[in-house]
Amino acid sequence: MALLEIRDLKKSFRTPDGPLHPVVDIPAFDLDAGAQIALAGPSGTGKTTFLHLIAGILTPDAGTVRLDGTEVSALDEPARDRLRATSIGYIFQTFNLLQGFTCLENVMLGMSFGPGADRGRAAGLLERVGLGARLHHYPRQLSTGQQQRVAVARALANHPRLVLADEPTGNLDPENARDSLALIRETCAENNAALLIVSHDQTVLGAFGAVRSLADLNRAATTATPIPNPTRP
Amino acid sequence: MMLFLLVRRSLRQHLLSTLVTAFAIALAGGLLMTVWSLKKQARQTFEQMNGGWDAVLGARSSKLQLVLNAIFHLESSPGNIRPADLQVLASKPSVQAVVPIAMGDNFRGFRIVGTTTNLFSEHEYAPGQKFRLRDGRIFDDGLREALVGSFAARQLGFAVGTEFRPYHGLNYAGEGTNNVQHDDTYVVVGVLEPSNTPADRVVWIPLAGLQNMTGHDPNAASDVSAALVKLRDPAAGFRLDMEYNKQGNQFTFAWPIGTVMAQLFDKIGWFDRVLALVAWLVAVVAAASVLASIYNSTSARKRDLAILRALGARRRVVFASIVLEAAATSALGALAGVAIQFALLAGAALVVRTQTGVVLDPWQPDWVWLWAPGALVGLGALAGIAPAWKAYRIDVAAGLAPES
Repeated sequence: MALLEIRDLKKSFRTPDGPLHPVVDIPAFDLDAGAQIALAGPSGTGKTTFLHLIAGILTPDAGTVRLDGTEVSALDEPARDRLRATSIGYIFQTFNLLQGFTCLENVMLGMSFGPGADRGRAAGLLERVGLGARLHHYPRQLSTGQQQRVAVARALANHPRLVLADEPTGNLDPENARDSLALIRETCAENNAALLIVSHDQTVLGAFGAVRSLADLNRAATTATPIPNPTRP
Repeated sequence: MMLFLLVRRSLRQHLLSTLVTAFAIALAGGLLMTVWSLKKQARQTFEQMNGGWDAVLGARSSKLQLVLNAIFHLESSPGNIRPADLQVLASKPSVQAVVPIAMGDNFRGFRIVGTTTNLFSEHEYAPGQKFRLRDGRIFDDGLREALVGSFAARQLGFAVGTEFRPYHGLNYAGEGTNNVQHDDTYVVVGVLEPSNTPADRVVWIPLAGLQNMTGHDPNAASDVSAALVKLRDPAAGFRLDMEYNKQGNQFTFAWPIGTVMAQLFDKIGWFDRVLALVAWLVAVVAAASVLASIYNSTSARKRDLAILRALGARRRVVFASIVLEAAATSALGALAGVAIQFALLAGAALVVRTQTGVVLDPWQPDWVWLWAPGALVGLGALAGIAPAWKAYRIDVAAGLAPES
């Protein structure tokens, strides 16, 4: 059984003019436990909405999202919050670190909503992503690449079964993007977490063996991103 | 634990607005607690402050005027009573002691009161406490000598051997004005220890000295302004009250003194109710400023709140963190309010002591120290509900969208 099973997932938003605008219409999508897959999707293909639906931040108009046997779309909001805190790690394009908190606190804060803050594990993860010497630095005191690493550590803090990454290299230069992507893939593999990345960055997509086009997957998508020839990292 | 970290960091991130809001609450709390404590302490102290006397007999007037004049050395004398009437009072079996006082002069605003030496040698102004001399001796009844209360001595710079000429009247208009000075010269022969009573503000001279002061009406030379009365049996007060106040029409018998003072506080009760109302209104305004400040910062923190939700924070956690932040801001203010209260009370106590000689204790514990800060914290938490509700309803997906 796949870790993530999506069937007939639909989501629309009402436009300012009134009519409903379909954003996500995915008949089927599966992801196995521990697998790593990239979805190619530029703006307009509903990639962030798709990830929000998987994470339970948004609820679908129709269809099901099943994670590790639990139907996310059928859960009430507190249960979805709990599931997100315990089973899903989320890496955002803009990192979304809390500026008033140190690196360590950012990671521990994520933990506190799940199994509980574990200072040792938080420090260990930051050490793993190369920030052992910057535990008490604030995000503004770090480079964008370092901020991304904090976001990676935070996403893995609660031993998630699935890590979602939305354009994780979008704000990084090519060198940092390569390093960051490698780090995300390595740490997900070390933590037995499946990885689902959505990106339109050819460098990212080229690094994955398994790449699918979100435009093909999502019948509501309006544009498509070319899929590069796969290369092994 | 993380909830407290969230609150602490948020307070620090919005330090200026936190401090301004807390200061507004501190002022409201300080004012509220001061009004409350001052009202209670002043009432208690003034009601218990009877100088060791049970009653005052004076010319027909209000009891309050008589007590303020004879016990607190405030107000003017309503008129005189003759020595024969004093004798009648003193001869009553239920009366233990009568001390006459006469007034009508001052020295630079401090009242000069004529009396007899037994006020200092025999009378207890509080149970077991007689007036004690710090310097010198008690005046001689037949001489132009003065015994000065501690506060008056300090303010006037009087010491044993100082000579002075009394001014006519109870009020002193200030240096260089047309104050009429008597020809009689008095010499200070003693200074009293502080008694924390209105007696500390008085320049005491022999009764005959005041009665016979040059310029006073010789026809009234043997009259006194009032008689301070100590009863053998408190129940005698009822009989004397009946005799002087209800059956007679020449005198007023102010008894019991504490009740008379209580009537004063009842009369001015509206004033402290207005002050308390003002203080509560200030507290409500301060709570509104908590609401406005946190409501605005919630808008600015939309992204942070959305991140917390995306990390798995439940709505109720976000709600609680905002309410707790509002309560913490109020708690900071309430704490500072207690300090402001002590400063205001110390100032008020100084003024009361200067004006009346009555000593208030700003450090006397009061329940208001607990319930007022508690009420302010509760009010602050209540004010936090609106911004907390706003945070509760935040659209996570919209909050996470990259800022353009």
